[in-house]
Amino acid sequence: MTSQVSRTTEQADGTVVGEQRKPGGVKAVRRLDRVIIRFAGDSGDGMQLTGDRFTSETASFGNDLSTLPNFPAEIRAPAGTLPGVSSFQLHFADHDILTPGDAPNVLVAMNPAALKANIGDLPRGAEIIVNTDEFTKRAMQKVGYDGSPLEDGSLDGYSLHPVPLTTLTVEALKEFDLTRKEAERSKNMFALGLLSWMYHRPTEGTEKFLKQKFARKPEVMNANLAAFRAGWNFGETTEDFAVSYEIAPATTAFPVGTYRNISGNLALAYGLVAASRQADLPLFLGSYPITPASDILHELSKHKNFGVRTFQAEDEIAGIGAALGAAFGGSLAVTTTSGPGVALKAETVGLAVSLELPLLVVDIQRGGPSTGLPTKTEQADLLQAMFGRNGEAPVPVIAPRTPADCFDAALEAARIALTYRTPVMLLSDGYLANGSEPWRIPELEELPDLRVQFASGPNHTLEDGTEVFWPYKRDPQTLARPWAVPGTPGLEHRIGGIEKQDGTGNISYDPANHDFMVRTRQAKIDGIDVPDIEVDDPDGARVLVLGWGSTYGPITAAVRRLRGAGEAIAQAHLRHLNPFPRNLGSVLAGYDKVVIPEMNLGQLALLIRGKYLVDAHSYNQVNGMPFKAEQLAAALKEAIHD
Amino acid sequence: MTDAMTDATNQLLQLVPKAEGRQSMKDFKSDQEVRWCPGCGDYAILAAVQGFMPELGLAKENIVFVSGIGCSSRFPYYMNTYGMHSIHGRAPAIATGLATSRRDLSVWVVTGDGDALSIGGNHLIHALRRNVNLKILLFNNRIYGLTKGQYSPTSEVGKITKSTPMGSLDAPFNPVSLAIGAEASFVARTIDSDRKHLTEVLRQAAAHPGTALIEIYQNCNIFNDGAFDALKDKQTAEEAMIRLEHGQPIRFGAGLARGVVRDRLTGDLKVVDVTPDNESEIVVHDAHSPSPTTAFALSRLADPDTLHNTPVGVFRSVERPVYDTQMSEQLDTAVEQHGKGDLAALLAGGDTWTVVG
Repeated sequence: MTSQVSRTTEQADGTVVGEQRKPGGVKAVRRLDRVIIRFAGDSGDGMQLTGDRFTSETASFGNDLSTLPNFPAEIRAPAGTLPGVSSFQLHFADHDILTPGDAPNVLVAMNPAALKANIGDLPRGAEIIVNTDEFTKRAMQKVGYDGSPLEDGSLDGYSLHPVPLTTLTVEALKEFDLTRKEAERSKNMFALGLLSWMYHRPTEGTEKFLKQKFARKPEVMNANLAAFRAGWNFGETTEDFAVSYEIAPATTAFPVGTYRNISGNLALAYGLVAASRQADLPLFLGSYPITPASDILHELSKHKNFGVRTFQAEDEIAGIGAALGAAFGGSLAVTTTSGPGVALKAETVGLAVSLELPLLVVDIQRGGPSTGLPTKTEQADLLQAMFGRNGEAPVPVIAPRTPADCFDAALEAARIALTYRTPVMLLSDGYLANGSEPWRIPELEELPDLRVQFASGPNHTLEDGTEVFWPYKRDPQTLARPWAVPGTPGLEHRIGGIEKQDGTGNISYDPANHDFMVRTRQAKIDGIDVPDIEVDDPDGARVLVLGWGSTYGPITAAVRRLRGAGEAIAQAHLRHLNPFPRNLGSVLAGYDKVVIPEMNLGQLALLIRGKYLVDAHSYNQVNGMPFKAEQLAAALKEAIHD
Repeated sequence: MTDAMTDATNQLLQLVPKAEGRQSMKDFKSDQEVRWCPGCGDYAILAAVQGFMPELGLAKENIVFVSGIGCSSRFPYYMNTYGMHSIHGRAPAIATGLATSRRDLSVWVVTGDGDALSIGGNHLIHALRRNVNLKILLFNNRIYGLTKGQYSPTSEVGKITKSTPMGSLDAPFNPVSLAIGAEASFVARTIDSDRKHLTEVLRQAAAHPGTALIEIYQNCNIFNDGAFDALKDKQTAEEAMIRLEHGQPIRFGAGLARGVVRDRLTGDLKVVDVTPDNESEIVVHDAHSPSPTTAFALSRLADPDTLHNTPVGVFRSVERPVYDTQMSEQLDTAVEQHGKGDLAALLAGGDTWTVVG
């Protein structure tokens, strides 16, 4: 569609790639290759919905995109305060992008708190659209503004658009039988309409969405539609907005296929449904609500027609307990949670290790320790996933790298669990869970075959020739034990958390047997077949940056910047944290320096140092937010030249 | 039992395949050596359960015993069925996942007073309120046995144990009261030494659709020997034990000289000497009463220290929607309303765009 695409770097500001006059119109249209918009307002202002809708419009237009919702844990934090600010950042482009962007080009601030909380992230020259109606003396004083920032010159370096959003919305809805308060609620749709005009977004999707969402409240539906259209028309007619922008679809950035926008939690839920189908096993989810994992429970509970059973348990322990019971019965069993829940589930994970039953433990990591930062991201549960159990209790650990990758990670976790009859830890995080990006919808034929064979008869012959079933007689290749589900005649057996005799599975306190069983369980996990790690190193670099999980986007964006600036740096990203890929040791040994950026204090670095005796350098950030590409690029550059 | 309940019973039990041919007690004995202390009440309960199973006549591969931790929780190892010896207190949760995902199984939970009422109290009450199709056998010996003799949540106040040298301060739970308070649809109490009574209670529990809780008074002859002697000694038992039978006036004692009447002032139940004047006021036991009030009041008659006026038998047996049945029905309804799940359609969702070469 357009050939004027710059795709070498990700500058902090949108790059103007063309300008034209609209035929017959008076307003200029500028072409950009990418834009970062941040919607910010009170927790109750509907900023997440506004961002979601703008994202859907952008996705259906065919841009590449990446999103970063950021909101407080409180449902309705005190209005107008800094801690109550909720924001949604969207980065979209005509080429492939990797992160939600470091610094917004456009800030929509619905009140003084939203302006104050976000202005620090804006580069000079950025556009700011403020709802002037909310800039009352009291509201400004509440967040510590002595005078009005709209008038005191402090925003001089920015392109400020003062818009009385509330007044305009109420005005637009005066025909409706609504109180002023009710009418005001639609101001986010007015803002969405305005931004949709500014960036030439298709509006059919939002209109359809509003019609569906408020189908039972026609008055509210019509009010929102009217506010949305009024916002669009305001952009088109007012003098203040002289320019609108076009960002061409990212047609050349994507492989051929059908695409949709998807968040990490949605992709993960779909991955679980897909795994159930591919394994031909019913899906059972035992879960207790916890931020930021609950959306997976919500999503799966909608898909009962796929044979999906969702069980909202009385606590985290019951959630995984019920899942383990279902696994014993032959279901593809899953429990979903976040870090505090993993801590509570630890004993049951240990039981699953001992029982050697397939079980997926999905941890959507958030800031810790303890309750920590429920709505913020972190990747500090790696060591908990690895070691957070009593005894020698090895568990495979895998981590998705992008929101869409959560789909594939779920299938991979299911493959390992089912093949090796083991609990598997899947470590997503708040950034992946709530962030979204375009996803090429896979054809069903592309999905892996996950079918398993239940045990159906005796598997062992005693010395006297009797055929018997031994629940702990292993497959010589995988070391997996047979999965004999209740209801299978002749295979009645008892399993438990007490140490078992090799083969028979009978209780055994024999010292040599325990030593053998501990080593065998470890060997089974160590022997899991995982793909080799791929290294991206076009220039024969001496420094390798190694990451895992959701840091993929920022690390890759930083690497692109460095290479664009002529630096040589190699990049590798781990999906399998336990066991590590077989070639990881030799990959690491091939570089003078290994840098590991993590949103923790160096957990992967500790594992790498321990296992490979490599002097890995940690670069850490634990502020509840993903890395910024620019910041990482600077740190990596320093490492290269250190 | 009402006709409606019989129907529901049959419907749920019909989901579990029947055994081919006759079974005997031997069929349910596993090849594992039983390792309880000699003289433990658990032996009698094991024998009663193994003896009752052939009568139930279910395919033994469709029977699962799930337990937690404690002496009683070794039970599954000795049953030649499927079984899981899990972790402390969690058996009701694990069994819930199994029972709700496999309605063709008959799922039994074996637990103790520490396992079910202390570390696992939360799972027990939630299993009861959900009315999952589980049969829970709660062995109550009023002591921690496996950890060698600490007081339990059913021990009497002031109990001297290793961890309470000056006497326990905890007020005990009454498991039957607790279960009724937790909306249990079937609650019974029996005693290890009375095999006939124990078997009859098992029979009624097995027939009950939904969660059945059976408290079984069980003697720990090592750490709490004689805890239930008042109910075991022929002479004292006659005076101490109230045998509940649905539809019968609640009378006990030598010559049925004592009975349970309602206190007119408080509405509570009390034990009185039966006289020609008050005979007509003796409460007739109604296990199927929709209200749990009288069953609860019955559970409060016993003196937790002396065990005088201890009712045994089925306190409550009412029909209530069964969780696993409803869960399955929701799945069926979803298929009726939306058709069988179409993965390709699900993944495609609503808003898509296509990139062509």
